[in-house]
Amino acid sequence: MEKGEGEGLQTLAIVLLLCGALKLLHTLGLISTEDKLDDDLELSIVCHRPEGLEQLEAQTNFNKKELQVLYRGFKNECPSGVVNEETFKQIYSQFFPHGDASTYAHYLFNAFDSSHNGSIKFEDFVTALSILLRGTTTEKLEWTFNLYDINRDGYINKEEMMDIVKAIYDMMGRFTYPALKTDTPKQHVDAFFQKMDKNRDGVVTLDEFIVSCTEDENIMRSLQLFENVI
Amino acid sequence: MAAGVATWLPFARAAAVGWLPLAKKTMPKPPIDKKNRNDEILFVNVSGLRFQTWKNTLDRYPDTLLGSSEKEFFYNEDTQEYFFDRDPEMFRHILNFYRTGRLHYPRQECIQAFDEELAFYGIVPDIIGDCCMEEYRDRKKENQERLAVDTEAEMATDTPLPPHSTHRERLWRAFENPHTSTMALVFYYVTGFFIAVSVIANVVETVPCRPLKGSKKDLPCGEKYSLAFFCMDTACVLIFTFEYLMRLFAAPSRCKFMRSVMSVIDVVAIMPYYIGLVMPENEDVSGAFVTLRVFRVFRIFKFSRHSQGLRILGYTLKSCASELGFLLFSLTMAIIIFATVMFYAEKGTKGTNFTSIPASFWYTIVTMTTLGYGDMVPNTIAGKIFGSICSLSGVLVIALPVPVIVSNFSRIYHQNQRADKMRAQQKVRLARIRLAKKGTTNAFLQYKEEGGFHDRDHDGALCLKNRSSFEHQHHHLLHCLEKTTNHEFTDELTFSEMCMTESVGYRTSRSTSISSQQGVSTSCCPRRAKRRAIRLANSTVSVSRGSVQELDTLHVHKTTIRPQSRSSLNARTEDLKLNCDDRDFTAAIISIPTPPANTPDESLPPSPAIPGILRNSRSSSFTHETVKISSL
Repeated sequence: MEKGEGEGLQTLAIVLLLCGALKLLHTLGLISTEDKLDDDLELSIVCHRPEGLEQLEAQTNFNKKELQVLYRGFKNECPSGVVNEETFKQIYSQFFPHGDASTYAHYLFNAFDSSHNGSIKFEDFVTALSILLRGTTTEKLEWTFNLYDINRDGYINKEEMMDIVKAIYDMMGRFTYPALKTDTPKQHVDAFFQKMDKNRDGVVTLDEFIVSCTEDENIMRSLQLFENVI
Repeated sequence: MAAGVATWLPFARAAAVGWLPLAKKTMPKPPIDKKNRNDEILFVNVSGLRFQTWKNTLDRYPDTLLGSSEKEFFYNEDTQEYFFDRDPEMFRHILNFYRTGRLHYPRQECIQAFDEELAFYGIVPDIIGDCCMEEYRDRKKENQERLAVDTEAEMATDTPLPPHSTHRERLWRAFENPHTSTMALVFYYVTGFFIAVSVIANVVETVPCRPLKGSKKDLPCGEKYSLAFFCMDTACVLIFTFEYLMRLFAAPSRCKFMRSVMSVIDVVAIMPYYIGLVMPENEDVSGAFVTLRVFRVFRIFKFSRHSQGLRILGYTLKSCASELGFLLFSLTMAIIIFATVMFYAEKGTKGTNFTSIPASFWYTIVTMTTLGYGDMVPNTIAGKIFGSICSLSGVLVIALPVPVIVSNFSRIYHQNQRADKMRAQQKVRLARIRLAKKGTTNAFLQYKEEGGFHDRDHDGALCLKNRSSFEHQHHHLLHCLEKTTNHEFTDELTFSEMCMTESVGYRTSRSTSISSQQGVSTSCCPRRAKRRAIRLANSTVSVSRGSVQELDTLHVHKTTIRPQSRSSLNARTEDLKLNCDDRDFTAAIISIPTPPANTPDESLPPSPAIPGILRNSRSSSFTHETVKISSL
């Protein structure tokens, strides 16, 4: 009977349609069946050991005991020996619960990660700390310049400065006194450039930066404050 | 903040150098760290197992025992270590908490032991890490349920009635525990019998009986013997009403009773009868009335008072409410989907049963539960395919929540089994405890008998048995108490003798004591007292033996320990160490609050029936328990 055939064809068509739809969804990744867990496990087994204690002592301005204390804390938090950006952001954000510290942490991470491979090893960590805490004024200011110079072209322009200043203001959060206005960062950046940019060419070079900072007594005085953090 | 993060604070502070060029003002001065920053290793000795850790590790959590100065109390100068007399296995986990910032719950440990250790070290259990939190919560809930069942079992059933309970309390108790008296048991069985009779009558009255003479149609028995059934129904309802009213009268909290499930069932069971009486024999109304008679079947639920299994079932269903809800929800979803599909698949067929989607619901339900009545079948191929998918999925959907319900039922059932076992073991336990307690009191009385109070210098050849210094000090303490209150300890036997022989005189103290607002009625023998026994801090018996002290006889009063203290005794069964309050003794001193000591004799009117002198023992002011004594 034609009616039966017609029905049979209808049914076949419906079933094929359903299967096709499922396959499409599967390929689109909306339905996934494999485990993604195994991939993640692979990544975290990477381990790194730092150089010897004597070498680090020679390279930095810390003594053995201080290095020991630092390493213990570092290893506790990151047993695999390296810090990736996510962990770094998490750790840093815990110190600033009011606002969003992730942007600034991102810039910090880039400043610490001297080898630019996306992870901070203990050596990088200790080297940077050594500069920040025990280094000369020039070294500290150089480090700060590297922090501000996001694209590492040797110049700080207004956009980079805006990013940095906005990131810092983000860490304050919303509830501040007096309330943050939208052009507060811009004013801050303008003031900065007013002070730092000697030849008014719109960018700040390393020398301009160092010279301007050395002239400013406040900055000089503040730089000495962090000597005994460890 | 997590402990480990604290070690990164120096780094965060160092990174602040990056803000300096932007700062418009000077930075504030950093705090000066006067503490000795040098980290040192501490030794912690826990029952012989030596642990070592950095001091900084312990300092991470300053609000715990190990992190605060509280640990100095445990410092042993000679060995230069901190000594704790606790479980060393558990300490491992505690120390790991300091090291890693996460507290883990060891699965093989008892939950109560773990909780006690945490409490000792000042750690809040909420800190338990996510990995172990679920297990901890489950075990804790299980333990609490178990304890709740235990206390319920203790408090409810077998403790004897307090002697001065009213009729109401006794009635309530008889209703709740039929085993306590024969009358209650008889009533219990009678009600059970009548429930059964009522249910059977309801069932039988619809059975077709042989028709009356002259008519051909079969009559249901209910209409043939309507008078008989009516009488039976009336009798049952009378009994049920009587029972309900008695329960209502006896209930300690009527509102709560009226809201309980069983009382609602009772009401629903008897209401139709009364409504039927009240309503006229009207044709229009009788339709609704007939519906009401359906509720008579609820009388079968009254059996749940008589059967524990029913109660367990009900409780299980209640506790599995969420799983049942999920089951229902998923079934409904599946039914709607498949009904729609079937309807559209069968739409073309002539004379089909699938006239609408709601009509297809019936087919879907019957298929999914694998009943398959066959009153509706699909004719098209598509319909048959989807019908088979429907029945396969029905099996799956129903099979999923069922194990959850089953495991819940099994857990509750086992708990109930345990409760029954516990009740049986309890009697033995109580007997043992009573024996132990008597042992202690007897020890003291024996000590007195042997003249332990006299000086050792007496050459009375007092061969005191070998007693530990603890016992000596304890007996001395009891002796001090006797001297303070001018009463003496004695045992039950002697006391009941005195009760029988002395005449009863009771006196009440009208005044309120300094700190407690307890009035006291004293009577020698509780059975004769009209008033309720007031709970006192100490239960009392004290009668002077006569010979030892200068007091002749004393009017005393005996109450039994309140039932709650019995369960607290059970909670610390082995704890026969005595605290300063002598709660553990069956024989102790009464405290009768009396007017303050500076108005000694005139305050209470001397009872004319009792000659003698009112003497106020001048106890020291710290016991606000002065006792009025009169001598016969």
